[in-house]
Amino acid sequence: MNKLLLIIQREYFSRVKKKSFLVMTILGPLLMAGVMVVPIWLAMRDKTEHKIFVLDHSGLFIDKIPNSKEIKFTYGVGSIEAAKAKLKEGTFDLVMEVDIEAINNQKTTPHLYYKKQPGISIEQYINNSMENILFDYRLQGDSIDLGKIERARRPVEIATIKVTEDGEDQKTNSETNMLVGFSLAIAIYIMIFLYGAQVMRGVIEEKTSRIVEVIVSSVKPFQLMLGKIVGVAMVGLTQFLLWIIFTVLISTFVTGVLLKDQIADQMKQNQQIEKVMKNDLTAGSDKMEKVKTPNEALDFMNNLGKVDKTHIALSFAFYFLFGYLLYAALFAAIGSAVDSEADTQQFMIPVTAPLIISFAIAQGVATDPDSGLAQFFSIFPLTSPIVMMVRLPFGVPVWELALSMVSLVLGFLFFTWLAGKIYRTGILMYGKKTTWKELGKWLFYKG
Amino acid sequence: MTPILEVKNIHKNYANHVALNNVSLFVEPQKIFGLLGPNGAGKTSLIRIINQITGPDKGEVFFNGEHLAPKHVDFIGYLPEERGLYKKMAVGEQAMYLAQLKGLKKTEAKAKLQHWFKKFEIENWWDKKIEELSKGMQQKVQFIVTVLHEPKLLILDEPFSGFDPINAQLIKNEILELRDKGATIIFSTHNMGSVEELCDNIALINKAEKLLDGSVKEIRKTYKSNTFKITFKGNLMGFTNSLWAGAELIEKSSDEDVHSVTVKMLRQNKPNDLLQAVLGNAEILSFNEIIPSMNDIFISVVENKTTLNTQSAFTE
Repeated sequence: MNKLLLIIQREYFSRVKKKSFLVMTILGPLLMAGVMVVPIWLAMRDKTEHKIFVLDHSGLFIDKIPNSKEIKFTYGVGSIEAAKAKLKEGTFDLVMEVDIEAINNQKTTPHLYYKKQPGISIEQYINNSMENILFDYRLQGDSIDLGKIERARRPVEIATIKVTEDGEDQKTNSETNMLVGFSLAIAIYIMIFLYGAQVMRGVIEEKTSRIVEVIVSSVKPFQLMLGKIVGVAMVGLTQFLLWIIFTVLISTFVTGVLLKDQIADQMKQNQQIEKVMKNDLTAGSDKMEKVKTPNEALDFMNNLGKVDKTHIALSFAFYFLFGYLLYAALFAAIGSAVDSEADTQQFMIPVTAPLIISFAIAQGVATDPDSGLAQFFSIFPLTSPIVMMVRLPFGVPVWELALSMVSLVLGFLFFTWLAGKIYRTGILMYGKKTTWKELGKWLFYKG
Repeated sequence: MTPILEVKNIHKNYANHVALNNVSLFVEPQKIFGLLGPNGAGKTSLIRIINQITGPDKGEVFFNGEHLAPKHVDFIGYLPEERGLYKKMAVGEQAMYLAQLKGLKKTEAKAKLQHWFKKFEIENWWDKKIEELSKGMQQKVQFIVTVLHEPKLLILDEPFSGFDPINAQLIKNEILELRDKGATIIFSTHNMGSVEELCDNIALINKAEKLLDGSVKEIRKTYKSNTFKITFKGNLMGFTNSLWAGAELIEKSSDEDVHSVTVKMLRQNKPNDLLQAVLGNAEILSFNEIIPSMNDIFISVVENKTTLNTQSAFTE
């Protein structure tokens, strides 16, 4: 027992002390924070005002395109050359010319001149506005009542409500569930691949450096394998923990300091909207459907609040750990059977196949979380760590979850035992290229 | 006397070959025991069984009179033929780790390591990584970690490979010193010269079976073939003619008027008979009995020859 602890210690500290660990620990959160912060930043950056000079020869759009926060339209007459000169002067950022036939053409192609390319959102805005104006104009031309069309077009939004065990209604959102499920599944997938491969490399390193025979004369091969798997698991947990801490620190710093004003703006807006919603509620249910949640992030946060956090967090921790342990044992067995990393290919494919299949069917599982397919793969131990994570936010019956967990633990014990048998023989085999047949024979050697 | 190690009727089979077939050994304490045999004979399989890396299919192993058990691991030191260290790990840290795996306490391990590093004058290697050391230097570190926990039984598989003659001598002296301090050494090698120099007893294994065992002196005596080497001045023809039917000339070579011949005594004739016969015709410069080298015995036994070919003569 004491020796196992020694091995775990060595495996842990020799990795944590490496420069690559430090680099990964710092780069990881920067990347994650980047993924979280950059979209917000991008969305807020494009708030500068664009002044557009419109030269409308058709006359249809004059004073009709609505100004927005970012885009202000000015209408004028004259030659296009004179208009373009305004670009150079800097009084306008964009100049748009609409030709005289714009109303009658099948397709209207206004020209937009610029010195600095406008963002795609600006182009989109102008496009939509002009399309609407043209639409209304044509309908009016055909004397159709706009009000009727407005009334005919009503949005539909399904509210999914889960009836819980205690008979309570619980509002859920499939998209949020899917997002949560996939994120957790990806975290497990990364853990298995990143750290499972580390176990494999560690075994190969011990084999090629020929230290393994020295060590197994002091401890049992199984102890060495287990020590390595547990040691690397702790490295992985340390890294994930540091990532979470750093990511939180960085994103709070960025959102709290750098984007403070913008966030405050956003908050004010949200509060106002909530006020409006409340007013509407008191005013009468008739208006309710008109009010949409204006901010997707707010929507997501609301829905996230409804997901059963402790339940999912605990299950995640379980599948995270046991999923890794099961696969790490298989990776260790592969490492023991080869002489170099280049030879691992033939054994890697069958081991990684279940993981890849898990993701291939994950989409299907999310669309129908209670199908037979979803049930089977969320109980089968080689695929359950990923598939169950996708299913979990949608709600899984307790007995299925229990069965899946038990079968994962049994699968872990079985595959570790199997891997131990291969490992014990493999680490002392040098120079020969191992075949599947030989691997099978190793299982039956006596200790 | 209780043997430090007794191996009784060990069998070990792998999928399609027999590694050990009914092998028994008896290793006396405080002796150097040579385990000999050609490549693939089964030596490594036997050593791995003694180290409890694998187990026998049949048969028993006793350590100091007790059934071999996991607790004995700490009393055995093993230097495998296929050996190495963690390349990226510092020398001191690594040695501490391996010592603790053999059951030494941290403080104990540190003190002992400092003693050995001082003895080998390598104190400044402590913080170096293994990959920064030369092959020979790595071997020195490896030797230290093998003997550090003062094992009662030391198993050395080709211990001198990777050493230059000076360091090989250093290690040889250390091995002898360890034996004098009470350790028993099982020594596996292909270098027959070092077997004659170091080993008290040997066992020879070939094709999974033990062919020969006993003390080196006894074995060499047993394999003597009553052959003598004579160097003399005088007439070679006269010398040859004076040999009577009791001796046979096997080999001859001449350097001007100094001749050297190898003569095999036939029947029960004694060396004195031979000397008397040739004395009148030659001025004898030297007269030696040819005792077979371990090398000759090894080749002869492995190739299953009944008589010894003494061409690669070893004189004593």
